[in-house]
Amino acid sequence: MSNRLAKTAGLTVLWLLVACFLLFPFYYAVVSSLRAGSEIFEASLWPADPGLANYRQVMVDQPFARNILNSLMVACAVVVLSLGLAVFAAYSFGRTHFRGRRLLLYTILGVSMFPQVAVLSGLFEIVRLFGLYNNLLSLIFSYMIFTLPFTVWVMTSFMRELPVEIEEAAIMDGAGPWTIVTRIFLPLLAPALVTTGLLAFIAAWNEFLFALSFTLTNEQRTVPVAIALITGASQFELPWGNIMAASVIVTVPLIALVLVFQRRLVAGLTAGAVKG
Amino acid sequence: MSAASPLERSRGRSAWLFLAPMLLVLALVAAWPLGRTIWFSLTNATLVDLSSYDLIGLGNYLAYEDGRWYGIFTDPQWLRALWNTLVFAAVSVSLETVLGVMIALIVNANLPGRGLMRAAMLVPWAIPTVVSAKIWAWMLNDQFGIVNAMLLSAGLVEGPIAWLGGSDLAMASIIAVDVWKTTPFVALLVLAALQTLPREIYEAAKVDGIHPVRVFFQVTLPLIRPALAVAVIFRLLDAMRMFDLVYVMTGSNEETMTLSVFARQALVSFQDVGYGSAASSGLFLIIALITVIYIMALKPLGEGQKA
Repeated sequence: MSNRLAKTAGLTVLWLLVACFLLFPFYYAVVSSLRAGSEIFEASLWPADPGLANYRQVMVDQPFARNILNSLMVACAVVVLSLGLAVFAAYSFGRTHFRGRRLLLYTILGVSMFPQVAVLSGLFEIVRLFGLYNNLLSLIFSYMIFTLPFTVWVMTSFMRELPVEIEEAAIMDGAGPWTIVTRIFLPLLAPALVTTGLLAFIAAWNEFLFALSFTLTNEQRTVPVAIALITGASQFELPWGNIMAASVIVTVPLIALVLVFQRRLVAGLTAGAVKG
Repeated sequence: MSAASPLERSRGRSAWLFLAPMLLVLALVAAWPLGRTIWFSLTNATLVDLSSYDLIGLGNYLAYEDGRWYGIFTDPQWLRALWNTLVFAAVSVSLETVLGVMIALIVNANLPGRGLMRAAMLVPWAIPTVVSAKIWAWMLNDQFGIVNAMLLSAGLVEGPIAWLGGSDLAMASIIAVDVWKTTPFVALLVLAALQTLPREIYEAAKVDGIHPVRVFFQVTLPLIRPALAVAVIFRLLDAMRMFDLVYVMTGSNEETMTLSVFARQALVSFQDVGYGSAASSGLFLIIALITVIYIMALKPLGEGQKA
């Protein structure tokens, strides 16, 4: 009995250690963001005199609200577009058998593995050609390269699980493929759409390389680029308090979303990865 | 059911129609730009004017002229970036796999609060990479960072350490941050695989008094190997193209620069589209090669298991 108690105690300690390791950096970012002025330079585990000065500076002195809006617009547009394209593609992959289906599906998986930098010069040319440099449309377009392959994959794996009887009954009633997808499957797939959409949203919200390369002015930047480029009076005096405040602002909603949808997200991540 | 049932026919017709828009977008955003990048790598194009350039063959890769070698394959900075990328990928993915399996095993234990633990695992994954890079850069700050403050007050070090200054230490710090951020991803995939394993095997092993470590290596590991293989290849390819963490934490410092950072610097900062495209195409080829080797190495394992 005492042996078992010791084992449970040992495991609990291990759990707590792992949890500390996972959560401490974000905790410390919150603590740092609440320290105003020179208090930021005192490395202690809690703020002596917490205040919101850093948050005020980020939101008022910088176009950070604008950056958040940019990120939101880009991420939402990317989610809607990739889900719209992926649902129909997933119907073809998940419910029909055509020649070359597997090969095509694996080619699409290959696209999601590609280094983004390998398409950078080609994309630059397209972005210039359409006059989209320093325009959010260039980001919405280029983000398709990483959101589309995995939305197609995850939606395909969800689409496969729908019972064939529903589809057969719909065909008996004279429904065509368009009606089947839009009127019958789409409502059934709503939970899957939420999961997949959320994953695509997070990927678009976090993207850095394209956003850094295709935007120029602070008004067009997305959140990650804005945070990476926050500078102080000189190169050696980074306003760490402001950076931490901005970091907390963009991370809290994300963590909240992830915690609310955690079961679904894990299901989506493992559906995309394990069932391949 | 015959091949020409109404269901099959109706599905077959619409299959390609439904695929077309998605394939068109992917062609435009992936296939065409990749082709153009490879094409540009054979030219001396610059970012100032992408429409006028000369074809120079393989000069951006390797060329011998006037008693000197040119091109990325002889560029010490590119070779250093290749080395950095390989070190980063090998060390971080190995650590993430081992730690990920360990964390998954710990979390899989039936203790109250398992849901909370899984939630905690999602937090580093949910934090944007740029934000985690900044948070860690702040924690590792040589003068004001909490890490140095803790080590100093514990008497573990004599003076503050410049974590992101020296080359080996900076690479180690970047690897540590990547491990912190992505180990939970591996752990989640492994955890999902662990939860599908039949309980009976473990009960049988317990009755027979087999040591848990042996049970892990002889029962658990072979059973979760497929899930682990998928997690490792995802992580490996992701690590090979690492850009944001390195760019934000150490900028274009040569000693930690990865291939992606090198390619973007040549392309955007130095405006040399030809050279930058050669560097990106080189990275693309290396990643393709690793993928093929990995799949070929896994195949016999998978077949052995089925037999």
